[in-house]
Amino acid sequence: MSQAAATTAPKDDVVRCDACPVLCRIRPGKAGACDRYANVNGMLTRVDPLVITERAATEGSVVPFLSGSEGWNGSVAAPAPLPAASFVTGIGAGTTYPDYKPAPFIVSSQHDGVDMVTVVTEGIFSYCGVKVKIDTDRYLGPEQAAVRVNGEAVGHVTTAEYGSQMLSLGGVHHLTGGSKKEGTVTCDTLLALCNKQAVTLQIDGGSELVVQAGRPPVVNGTPEARMRVGCGSATIGIFAKQWLGHADEVIVVDDHITGVLTEHQAGRFLDMPLSGVRVRGRKSTPGRYFQVADPGLGWGGTNISDPLEIVENIDAKTAWPGMKLLMVSTTGEHSAWYVLDDQLKPQPAEMPAPIRLVVDRIAENCEPSLCTVLFMAGAGGSLRAGVTENPVRLTLSVKDRLTRVTSGGAPVYVWPGGGITYMVDVARMPDNSFGYVPTPALVAPIEFTLRRDDYAALGGHMDYVVQLDDVLQAGRLSKLAQRADNPWPITRPTAEEQP
Amino acid sequence: MIAPSANWLIGRDGVSRRLHLQHGPIDLVIEAFGVDAARAYEQAVARFQDILSVLVSELDDLRRPLTTAHPLFRGPVARRMAAACWPYRDVFITPMAAVAGSVADEILTAMLDGTTLTKAYVNNGGDIAFHLAPAESLRAAVVCNPELPHLDAIATLEAMQPSRGIATSGWRGRSFSLGIADAVTVLATNAAQADAAATIIANAVNVDHETIRRQPARALRDDSDLGALPVTVSVGTLPIFAINEALSVGVMRAQDLRRSGLIQAAFLSLQGENRIVGGEMLLGHDMKALG
Repeated sequence: MSQAAATTAPKDDVVRCDACPVLCRIRPGKAGACDRYANVNGMLTRVDPLVITERAATEGSVVPFLSGSEGWNGSVAAPAPLPAASFVTGIGAGTTYPDYKPAPFIVSSQHDGVDMVTVVTEGIFSYCGVKVKIDTDRYLGPEQAAVRVNGEAVGHVTTAEYGSQMLSLGGVHHLTGGSKKEGTVTCDTLLALCNKQAVTLQIDGGSELVVQAGRPPVVNGTPEARMRVGCGSATIGIFAKQWLGHADEVIVVDDHITGVLTEHQAGRFLDMPLSGVRVRGRKSTPGRYFQVADPGLGWGGTNISDPLEIVENIDAKTAWPGMKLLMVSTTGEHSAWYVLDDQLKPQPAEMPAPIRLVVDRIAENCEPSLCTVLFMAGAGGSLRAGVTENPVRLTLSVKDRLTRVTSGGAPVYVWPGGGITYMVDVARMPDNSFGYVPTPALVAPIEFTLRRDDYAALGGHMDYVVQLDDVLQAGRLSKLAQRADNPWPITRPTAEEQP
Repeated sequence: MIAPSANWLIGRDGVSRRLHLQHGPIDLVIEAFGVDAARAYEQAVARFQDILSVLVSELDDLRRPLTTAHPLFRGPVARRMAAACWPYRDVFITPMAAVAGSVADEILTAMLDGTTLTKAYVNNGGDIAFHLAPAESLRAAVVCNPELPHLDAIATLEAMQPSRGIATSGWRGRSFSLGIADAVTVLATNAAQADAAATIIANAVNVDHETIRRQPARALRDDSDLGALPVTVSVGTLPIFAINEALSVGVMRAQDLRRSGLIQAAFLSLQGENRIVGGEMLLGHDMKALG
C-alpha cells in the first residue's frame, strides 16, 4: 500500500479522494467506489488492485498500449498522454565504491500518483557466490567434495535434493581467502555462470559436468534430457490406482529402485494378488529392488534393451495364464505389454488404451532437466552509504518492506535476519548483467525502490535525486522489455511477497 | 487526478491481446475480431476518455431513485442507464443499477461505428456487451463466488439469439445487493438491460434468516445511492428450505421479467443451489450448470 498524492485535509476523518472525477468521500476503514483507494487512518491509501485486474494481469504481461506494434499506430492521439513506463536498472550504472558518495543514479518517477525513488548502483561484492541446482539423478560426487575449475577449488558439493544435486560455489573464502589464482578462477567462474555462460566443473572423486543457467546439465559428456517422474518405487506409488483393474502386474524399471506393483506397499494396499513375477537384483523392501541391471542408456537408466531380461523367473504356483503384465521405465520413454500364455511365458500384445494413457502420463510428468543458478550476495555493507547517510535505516526499511530490492529489475529473495543478504535467479536478469573487479570481486546491479518521502526519512541523498525523464534523455541507454515473469519493480511489495 | 489509462493485456501465447481501459472505478477488458479490429480499438480508446467525467457531472441525479417522471440526462451513458432502469420504477431503483452495463454498451457502440467486426466484447467487471456477426458465437463463464473462482456455468452466446448483453449481480460483487444471491447472471438485449435486471432479480433472492447480516448502505459507503436501505454484508450457511425459498422468489421475479421481454434468460445461484430461467430457449444444452 502506498499513499496517494491526492488527499485533502481530513474532516472528521472522512477523506475526499482526488484520484478520479468521482471524488468519493471515504470514511475511515472504507474503500472508494473503485476499491483501489481506501481511507486508512485518515490517509488516502492505494490498496491492492481489483480482482478483475489481477486476474487479467495473471493471464499475461501488461504492456503500455502505445508501445503495442500491431493494431495501434498512434495516429489517433488519445487526449490524455499515456507514457510508457520505465525502470532504470543498475546494469552499467557504475558505482561510487567505497560508497561515501551518493549512488550513481537516484531516480525519481511517478507511480500511481506517488513519487517513487529508485537508487540505482552496481555493487562490488566480495561476499558473494552462487547456489547451483542440477536436475539429475546421476552421481556427481560425494557431499562436501571440492568442485574445481582448472584445478582450483571454487566451491563444494552440498546437499542432494529430490531429483537434483546442489552445489555451492564462490563465497568469500574462495574469492579472497585462498591463493591469488584460486580467487581469480573463482571470480571468473562466478562471472561466467551469472552471465549465463557454460562452465566445466570437476568434482573430486566424482563427475565432470558442464553447467549453464537455464540449460540441461552435461554429466561426463552426456546431456541430461528429462528428470524421472520419481524412482521406480515412487512411480508405482503415484500411478498404482490408475493401473488397478487394467493390469495384473506392473514393473517399473529403474537403475536406482525398480518397483514391482503387487509386492509394493501400494499394491498390497489395493488388495492386488501377488503375480509371481520375480525380478533380479537386491531386494530392499517389498516391491523395491536395487541393481536389477548395470547403469546404461537403456530402460530407466539401466543397460537393458529387452525388459524381460530383468525377470528372474515366474512362479508357476502363483502366476496364471492370461495374466496381464506392464513393463515401463521411470520416464515413460520405454514400455511393453505382455499377456502370459498357457506355459506362463510373457507374450507381447497390443497395449490397451487405459494403460497407454498412464504410460503417456508418466512421460508427461517428467520435467526437463535444467541447471539453475542463484546469485547470492550481501548488500549490507558500505554499499548502503551510497543510498543513505544512515545505513542501518536502509536495512530496516528493506525488512519493513518499505524498500523493494531488485537486481537488474529482477525480484530478489532477501534472507531474514541481519543485513541485506539476497538471492536472485540469474536467468531472470538481463544478459551480461555482471562484471568483475580485480580485487577479485563480482560487480552486480542492485536497485532500491521506495517512496520519495520514505527516502527522505531514512536520510537519503535528496540533493542528488534526478527525474526519470532526465535519465531517459541523457543517452547511453539500452532499452529492454521487462520480462513478463518479473513483477514491475516500481510497486510496493505485497504482504505475501518477500521484501 | 489520474487520467484514463489504456494498456494491452498480452495472452499467455504472447500473441493474443486484449485492450484494458481503466479510469477510476471503471475497468474494461475489450477484444475485437475482424478486419477493422485495430480501428475499433482506437475508437474505443477515443470514446473512453470522457466517459467518467461526463457521468460524474450528472452523478447526483443518477443516484436519485426513479419515480413517476422519466429523468432527462445529457450524457449518452446516463440516458442508457435511465432507459434500462425505467421499467423497474415500481420498486426502489436508481439509474446507477445499470451503470456498468451502460458503459459497456456505449463503448461497444463506438467500436462498431463504421467498422466491420466478426465479433467483439466489452467486459466491464462482468457486465458484458457483445457483438456477433451472423453465425458467430462467444462463450461466457459464470463465477458465483469471486473469492473461490471456478467456472460455475458456461453459456454459449450465439448470433441467432437476441441477447447482446450479459450481466451478473450478487451480494459478493462490488455493488451492494439487497438480496442474498451469490450470483444472478442475466442475458438481455443489451448489457444495460441485463445489468438492471440482474440487480432486480438478485435483490429478489431473499429470505429472513438469523445468519444473514445487513447494514444500511450509507454506513458502508458514504456516497451509496442506496441510502439507508439495508444491504447484505454476510450470509451464513443457510438450511436448504431457506435456500429454496429465497431462490423461488428470485425465480418468480425472473419469470416475470422474461414474460415482459426484459430478459431472455437468467441463472441464479445461492450456496451451491442453482436455478435456470429461460434455459429451454437460450441456455438448454448450451448453458451447462457445472456445479
